[in-house]
Amino acid sequence: MQERKNNQTLLFIKDWAIVLAVILLIIVFTVSIPNFMQTNNVLNILRSISIVTIIAVGLTVSLSVNGFDLSIGSTATLANSVVVSMFVWFNMPTGVSILVAILAVLCVALFNAFLIVKVKIPDLFATLATMFIVEGVAMTYTGGGSISVGMPRLDGTPTEGRISDFFLLLSKTPWIILIMLVIVMLVHVFLTYTKHGRFLYAVGGNEEAAKLSGISVNRYKMLAYIFSAVLAGIGGLLLASQIGSAQINAGAGYLMPAVAAAFIGQSFAGHGKPNAIGTLFGAALVGILENGLVMLSVPYYSLNIIKGLVLAFALASTYYSRKK
Amino acid sequence: MKAKTVIEMKKISIEFPGVKALSDVDFQLESGTIHAVIGANGAGKSTLMKILSGAYPHYTGDIFINGELVSITDAKKSKELGIDIVYQEVDTALIPYLSVAENIMLDQLIFDKKSIINWRKIRQCAKDVLDRIGIELNIEKKVQDISLADKQMVLIARALIHERKFLILDEPTAPLSQAETEKLFSIVRDLVKNHHLGIVFISHRLPELFEICEKITIMKDGRIVKESLIEKITQNQVIEQMLGKTFDLVHHKKLKEKGQIALQVNHLVDDSGLVNDVSFHVNKHEIIGLAGLVGAGKTELCKAIFGMSNIKAGSIELYGKPIKNLTPYHAVKNHFGLIPEERRKEGIFVEEPIFKNLSIANLQPFTRLGSFIKQEKEREAARLMIQKIGAKTPNEHQKVANLSGGNQQKIAIGKWLMTDAEILLFDEPTKGVDVGAKSDIFNLIDEQAKEGKSVIYATSELSEILLITDRIYVMYDGKIVKELVTSETTEDEVMFYATGGEAYARA
Repeated sequence: MQERKNNQTLLFIKDWAIVLAVILLIIVFTVSIPNFMQTNNVLNILRSISIVTIIAVGLTVSLSVNGFDLSIGSTATLANSVVVSMFVWFNMPTGVSILVAILAVLCVALFNAFLIVKVKIPDLFATLATMFIVEGVAMTYTGGGSISVGMPRLDGTPTEGRISDFFLLLSKTPWIILIMLVIVMLVHVFLTYTKHGRFLYAVGGNEEAAKLSGISVNRYKMLAYIFSAVLAGIGGLLLASQIGSAQINAGAGYLMPAVAAAFIGQSFAGHGKPNAIGTLFGAALVGILENGLVMLSVPYYSLNIIKGLVLAFALASTYYSRKK
Repeated sequence: MKAKTVIEMKKISIEFPGVKALSDVDFQLESGTIHAVIGANGAGKSTLMKILSGAYPHYTGDIFINGELVSITDAKKSKELGIDIVYQEVDTALIPYLSVAENIMLDQLIFDKKSIINWRKIRQCAKDVLDRIGIELNIEKKVQDISLADKQMVLIARALIHERKFLILDEPTAPLSQAETEKLFSIVRDLVKNHHLGIVFISHRLPELFEICEKITIMKDGRIVKESLIEKITQNQVIEQMLGKTFDLVHHKKLKEKGQIALQVNHLVDDSGLVNDVSFHVNKHEIIGLAGLVGAGKTELCKAIFGMSNIKAGSIELYGKPIKNLTPYHAVKNHFGLIPEERRKEGIFVEEPIFKNLSIANLQPFTRLGSFIKQEKEREAARLMIQKIGAKTPNEHQKVANLSGGNQQKIAIGKWLMTDAEILLFDEPTKGVDVGAKSDIFNLIDEQAKEGKSVIYATSELSEILLITDRIYVMYDGKIVKELVTSETTEDEVMFYATGGEAYARA
């Protein structure tokens, strides 16, 4: 009886470990930093994790088919470059600029799907290649430099376009936080309550059995990569809105925290598989950690050590329990 | 002439959790002879050979070599004693990206204490040994690029390098063509005559055994039931001994109403080579059996019909309408269902709860606008199906991983009963299923036929096929060699055709 109770406690801790960790971190930081829990700082944290979360939710969908998308960082960079160039170079309205950027990332998704589904390259390697290709494409497109308002084009022609106020507003609090929450909810509902979500998980759980149950495995894999690319693209758009310019490899830094968030989130509520809400908590964990450590004056160049350790821990918790 | 070496195994027994695989087996093997070992699935022939090759050190009983007591504790010891085995899965013993020469000389490469390898010598030795057995094979070729037959030769050559005295060939001819088989036979004969090896030849194909072997040992249920010189026994006697004439299985099936032709398969050929010009039909309400030994092409035929392999020729008609199952997706759309042989790998989602496993092939009735799943309706249907298939589980939320093999199989079957599948293909559905669940599964299949479905039941368990089917197609070497009416046939007759009896008679 006692043993059973212990077991249940253990299971409870395992299932809710991320939530507990987030709460624990909040307590520790609240105690050690006086203004940690002030509204401003909380909003600050939420805003800072928005882009990571959105990109990580996309990665979550690619993980649900037992895939992996390493190209999300470069895809975000591409969206960033394309949308800013549309505004600044070509003086396009907001709608067109966003649409063109989304079309560009859809091409990335189709290329990934082609390599993985048709050529049958393992996901990790295929998207590694795509990562470099897209990084190069984005950089070539911008001529190896950044784009910002008022800066002349590569050939010296002056630019007159500016970024619309509406677009810049997207990355302001509270809009960016709301966008993040809506995306998390939509993807969560899609994965958990619809037929397509069920099939995505089926493909990830046992590809062969899914195929033999009449599921069009290739179609669902493609769908997963479209999700990850489009959400990475949205992340890139918000990034453009935030920094108001296109920077070289602007999205690259989001890959690692996104991977960490998605893997940390897997154990959320006993899911044991990639899920959107867990990913949100994973991103929150990383974001809170980063924010708190900065406020504790840990130098920014040392943060990667801690973030890397968190990722290692997240991966360990996923794979170690899977072995048994 | 070299001196004769004799292996004697006395009172060998071995147990695995729950099963006594061998009991008090006495077996004797002499160098210079080809010795056949035959038995139905699970008779213990592979277990006996694995003891000789050191894979199962926990046997009881004694093994003598030339009268001297030895104990075979592992594969290395077995090799030191001069015994080598060529398993059916040749790839497990070869390194694909090394050359033929390196693979033949693998043990020298590994165990030679010197750090610098004399490649010329390695190549020369490999070439010599291939010449000795008369095989023309480019020793520079990578093993991954050579044929299965050649891979076997590489393993045989490796055994020769070590001057082994005994060679066990476990179903060596199963993947080989006629010409390759003949070549193997001439090499085996040469090994025995000129190198004085003792060969154990395991095969299901009786004509082959009669062609090449001198002695035959027949096993059944972990015992040796008969030993004989090959010329003193007939194929029919061998079959009789294999099956054991202790029970006489009567066909219990009631004759049912005969329906129209549901599925017609015409001259089907696939790219695996194990479905070769296959034609057959199934009526509505009918259960047909695909009988045949392991490797006869039953699984491949099921997969070809279900759209899992490329069909090179032939056609499939469903109720007179030609259909094409390009992929399993199309097959399911065309009202086919397959219960695959490798249940855990291909049939079920072990990490998912039962209700998700049951509804996966047909979620349509449980979805509303926007493809949202009607959770309550789905679970209700799952509860009903669990009752119908008699799966033992507390509720529909259990992970399938927690169920027994038999109950997992019921779930794999139940999945298709949730669909409107007309043609159900069962590939070895009782594999790893306990006796109780087996009879449940039989009843379930019988009910499906009564309800108007057509069932294809593929298995190498002949007693099952006689119990449950209406008609039997016997497969041998990728072809249907005989059609039998179950109520008018016997296990002997099915076995006769399944072991190539007809082919033998024709030759």
